[in-house]
Amino acid sequence: MNLSAVGIVYRKEFREWVRDRRTLISTVLVPLFLFPVMMVGFSALAVVMVGKAEKETPKIMVLGGEDSPQLLASIRKLDSLEIVPYAGNWKDQISNKDIRAAVEIPKNFEKSLTTSNSESVKIYFYDGEMKSSFGANRIEKFLKDYRDAVVKDRLAAKNLPASVLAPFSIKQENVAPPEKVSGATFGSFIGYTVIILCMTGAMYPAIDLTAGEKERGTMETILSSPISRLDLVCGKFLLVFSASLATAILSVISMGGSFAILGHTSLMNSSSGGQTLALNLGLLSIVAVFLMALPLAFLFSAVLMTIALFAKSYKEAQSYLTPMTFLIVIPAVASVMPGVELTPKLALIPILNTSLVCKEIITGTYHWNSIALIFVSTCVYAGVALFLAFKTFQRESVLFRS
Amino acid sequence: MIEARGLSKRFHDKKRGEIRAVDNVSFRCEPGRIYGLLGANGAGKTTTLRMLATILEPTDGTAVICGYDVVEDPEKVRANVGFLSTATALYPRLTAQELVEYFGRLNGLDEATLKKRLDVIFNRLDMNSFRDRRCDKLSTGMKQKTSIARTLVNDPPVMIFDEPTLGLDIMTARTITAFIRECRDRGKTVIFSTHIMSEVEKLCDVIGIIHDGKLLTEGTLTELREKYGEQDLEEIFVKIVTPLQSQVEV
Repeated sequence: MNLSAVGIVYRKEFREWVRDRRTLISTVLVPLFLFPVMMVGFSALAVVMVGKAEKETPKIMVLGGEDSPQLLASIRKLDSLEIVPYAGNWKDQISNKDIRAAVEIPKNFEKSLTTSNSESVKIYFYDGEMKSSFGANRIEKFLKDYRDAVVKDRLAAKNLPASVLAPFSIKQENVAPPEKVSGATFGSFIGYTVIILCMTGAMYPAIDLTAGEKERGTMETILSSPISRLDLVCGKFLLVFSASLATAILSVISMGGSFAILGHTSLMNSSSGGQTLALNLGLLSIVAVFLMALPLAFLFSAVLMTIALFAKSYKEAQSYLTPMTFLIVIPAVASVMPGVELTPKLALIPILNTSLVCKEIITGTYHWNSIALIFVSTCVYAGVALFLAFKTFQRESVLFRS
Repeated sequence: MIEARGLSKRFHDKKRGEIRAVDNVSFRCEPGRIYGLLGANGAGKTTTLRMLATILEPTDGTAVICGYDVVEDPEKVRANVGFLSTATALYPRLTAQELVEYFGRLNGLDEATLKKRLDVIFNRLDMNSFRDRRCDKLSTGMKQKTSIARTLVNDPPVMIFDEPTLGLDIMTARTITAFIRECRDRGKTVIFSTHIMSEVEKLCDVIGIIHDGKLLTEGTLTELREKYGEQDLEEIFVKIVTPLQSQVEV
C-alpha cells in the first residue's frame, strides 16, 4: 500500500465531499439541529400536554348510588371533578371523550358499610387515554380517602388506635448516584442516537464514492490512472469513515448541549414530579462512548461501501441500503427496551452490544471484560467488512455491471 | 509501443452463458503511428482497449506496453498510458485545474513539476479562462479540453482513445481529432477505436477490423483496398464482416 497515494485520494474526496450540499445536510445540519430540536420540541410538547390534561376538571358520571346520599354529596362537593347527570350511553360518552370516566356505586353501599359486607365500587375509564386516566385517578383517590375515613371511624368506635392497621411503615430510598438514575433513562437513548447517526453519516458518502462515481462515469477515469485499486479503496474508505465519525462527534456535542439547556430550564422540573432531566455526562463517559462507537463506525463504513458498490446508480444504491438501515436500527432499538441487559452472548452481536455498553458507560458502570470483548469483536467484524470491500473492488463484474 | 498477444476476454452472462467479447486478438502499434480499431457496436473494441488500459484483466493472453506486461505490471502500464473515452467523465465538484492536478499527483508528479506542467498545458489548450471553474459548469468543449489536459499531465508515451468523438458536435470532435494527430506527430503510440469510417480514413496509419471479438484483418488503407478490390472503406468493411452473406448473395 502506498500511503501518499491514499492521502492524495483522501484529500480529493474530502474536497468534493465538503463541496456537496447533501453532505452538509446529512453530516452537519441533521446531527447539530434536528435532534436537539426534536428532543427539546417533543419534551416541551409533552410537558404542555400533560399540564393541560392535569389542569382540566374531568367530567365524571356517577352510576347508581341513589341509596348512598352521603357519598354522593361528598363526591359532588369535590372541586377537582365535575359531576354530570346520569345517561344510559355512558360507555359511548367515555369513548367519545364527552366524559372522562364513570364511577359505579353498588346498591345499598352505605348500608353495607355498617355491616361486614365488602362491596366493590367500579371505575370505568378508557385505558391509554391520558385524560381519562387522570379522571379515573382522581375519583379513585377520593374513594381511597373515603375508605380510610371509614376505617378510622370504625377503629374509633372500637377504641383502637390508628397504628393497629399500620404496625410499621415502609419507605424506599435510592442509593444510586443521581447520574445513574438519569443515565438509566437517557443513556440508552444516547448510545442509540450515536449509532444511528454514525450510519446516516456514512451512508451518503458511501453511495457517492461508489455508485455515484459509476453513475457519473468517473469510475473508468480513475481506474485508468496509475493508482492501485487497494490504495483507491483505502482513500475512499477513510473518507466515508471520517464522515461517519464527524457525524457522531457533532451529534454527541449537540446532544450534550441540548441536555445542558434542558437541565437548566425549569420546564422539565415543574410538573413531572421532581424527576429532573439534567444529565451530568462526565467527560470520561463521553470519550468512552465515542471510543466504543469508533469500531462500529468503521464497520458501517466498510459494509455500506461494499453494498453500494454493487449498484449502478445513486437510486439503486439507496434502494439497497434502505433495508440495511432496518438491520442496523433493529438491534439499536432492541437495546433501548427495558430489561435488555448485557450478557456475554449479547456482547458478540454487533450494534446491539455497542448500544448496550454505551448505556452502561453513561450510567457510570465499566465492566472492563465486556468492554474489551465488544471492542475487539466489533474490530474483527469491521476488519472482515473492510476485507470484503477490497475484494469487491477487485471484481470487474461489480465495477462494470451492465 | 503496444503489442497485444492473443488477448481474450470471456464474460459469463446468466441468460446467454459464456460470451467471448474478445477472442485471441494480436496486433502491434508502433510509436508515431495511429492504429485504428474499426468495428460495429458490440464488436469488442471497448473491451480490447480496456484490457490495454488494464481497467479489465484479460482471461487469456496478454499485452505488452512500453515493456510492461498488462497482467504482471498493471500500475506501471497505466503510468505510461493516457486513456480517453466519452465514458471517462470528470469529477463535477472539482475545478478543471484541481482535476488535472489530481491526476498529476496520482501519476507521482511533485508539486513544482506539476505546476509547470499545468501552466504549459493550460496555455497550449487555451484553458486559462475556465481553469478555476467547476467541471459541472463547463461546456462540452471545455470538458473535452479538460479531459485532454488530464491525459497529457504526465505526458505518457502511449495514448488510448475509445470512441473519443462519440456524441460530440463537429467542432468538439475536431478538437479531439486534431489532438490525436498531434499525439502521433509527437512520436506517441496511438490506438483508437471508432465505428465512423471517415475518421479512420482521415486519421489512421494502420487499420484493424474487429468483429464478434475477432480481429479479422489489418493493414494500411492502401493494403486493404488492394486486398479486397474496393476503394470505399465502408464496402471493404462490409465485405470483411459479412463474408457468408455476400457469398449467398453472389
